[in-house]
Amino acid sequence: MSQSYNRGLIEDFGRWREFEAGMWAWIFHKFTGWVLIGYLFTHIAVLSTGIPAAGASEAAIMAGEDVYTQTIVSLEGLLLVRILEVGLLAVAVFHMLNGTRLLLTDLGIGLGAQDKSFYASLILTGAITVASVPTFIAGAF
Amino acid sequence: MSTQIPKQTEESTETESEAAEPASKGEERRAEKRRRAAERREQRQEEEAEKAAADESTVELKVFRYDPQVEGKQEPRFDTFHVPFTKGMTVLDALMYARDTYDSSLTFRHSCRQAVCGSDAMFVNGGQKLACKTQISEMEEPVRVEPLPHAEVTKDLVVDMEHFYDQMEAVEPYFQTNEFPDGELEEQRQDRENREKIKMSTRCIWCGACMSSCNIAAGDNEYLGPAAINKAYRFAMDEREGEEIKQKRLEIIEQEHGVWRCQTQFSCTEVCPKDIPLTEHIQELKREAVKNNLKFW
Repeated sequence: MSQSYNRGLIEDFGRWREFEAGMWAWIFHKFTGWVLIGYLFTHIAVLSTGIPAAGASEAAIMAGEDVYTQTIVSLEGLLLVRILEVGLLAVAVFHMLNGTRLLLTDLGIGLGAQDKSFYASLILTGAITVASVPTFIAGAF
Repeated sequence: MSTQIPKQTEESTETESEAAEPASKGEERRAEKRRRAAERREQRQEEEAEKAAADESTVELKVFRYDPQVEGKQEPRFDTFHVPFTKGMTVLDALMYARDTYDSSLTFRHSCRQAVCGSDAMFVNGGQKLACKTQISEMEEPVRVEPLPHAEVTKDLVVDMEHFYDQMEAVEPYFQTNEFPDGELEEQRQDRENREKIKMSTRCIWCGACMSSCNIAAGDNEYLGPAAINKAYRFAMDEREGEEIKQKRLEIIEQEHGVWRCQTQFSCTEVCPKDIPLTEHIQELKREAVKNNLKFW
């Protein structure tokens, strides 16, 4: 829409403070969706560097000296990767839970409780993420 | 809701006495008199403003001001008004007081003061509200009053509603049918269940709050918007219109910029001053559209 002058906070990103639950759900859903797409392509790109391992001898694979195992082991050795994995889980869990919420919305179920279901998915995401921390971080330090 | 009758201000009596002055008196005298009256008015307004600012029981209003036609007012700014609080005062009451007492150039639309005419939708403290239905006591101070976002401002709190009305017109918001009852004097009756179904959707007052709150409508000018889709729902779901007209209506709402643009952010439902479940209606029309096009049975 054309704007011939600046109306200040009224029409710019400063309005985030005035967003309601449904709007936050939408923003988070878009954000997590893009993160997951980004991850998908990174995942394919990184793992495809391990393709030569298919031609490695059985003994090398058993000993864990093939390219694939080496790549994974060296990646998992980085603390940053461990932390990013926790973040990836959080993003994926939220996207799944909110996606379910949106499916129900499309079916016309629970539209009156849309804000509560958003908060519920946030809390559940938080709980699952916290519960996953020991598994992901174990042995990283 | 505002039930207060605004007190008649001194200003109107002043102008009346001025007008009553016989025309035979010289132009000069009248000009002089008018000038003095204007001076007095200005002085009185200043005094009132000072008094109100010092008073404890006043509400602070920050009002968006902009006037493209007056030099020096083309730069948008906020004016502060201190309005004496009275029990049951609405945002509209406060604005009217500010206009009548301090600045007669303060411009905003209002008519019925009963949340029926839909002319005073504004952006109050960061939300689309109907000013006549918003209690000052429920607002955090200072109360910030701005024109509706995502619309061109004509002056002060007045926005251009033309686009909103165009979208409303686009869904043909009137009853049409080609199915008539047999007898010539028979009425077109609607059963109670059907009336209940469309009841909420008939409450729309065309205030434009939903359209202003909608993120999608802000980015896509062709999107019909919540109010227009709700109007389409009101008639598409009305059984008296018959199957053929319903098909026509579904064709309008399932266009590229129709019902499918809705991303269920629920902003419209949150701000609707008449509590119309807009998102619910949009979702139901989406399902109708799917059922209409996908036929596996």
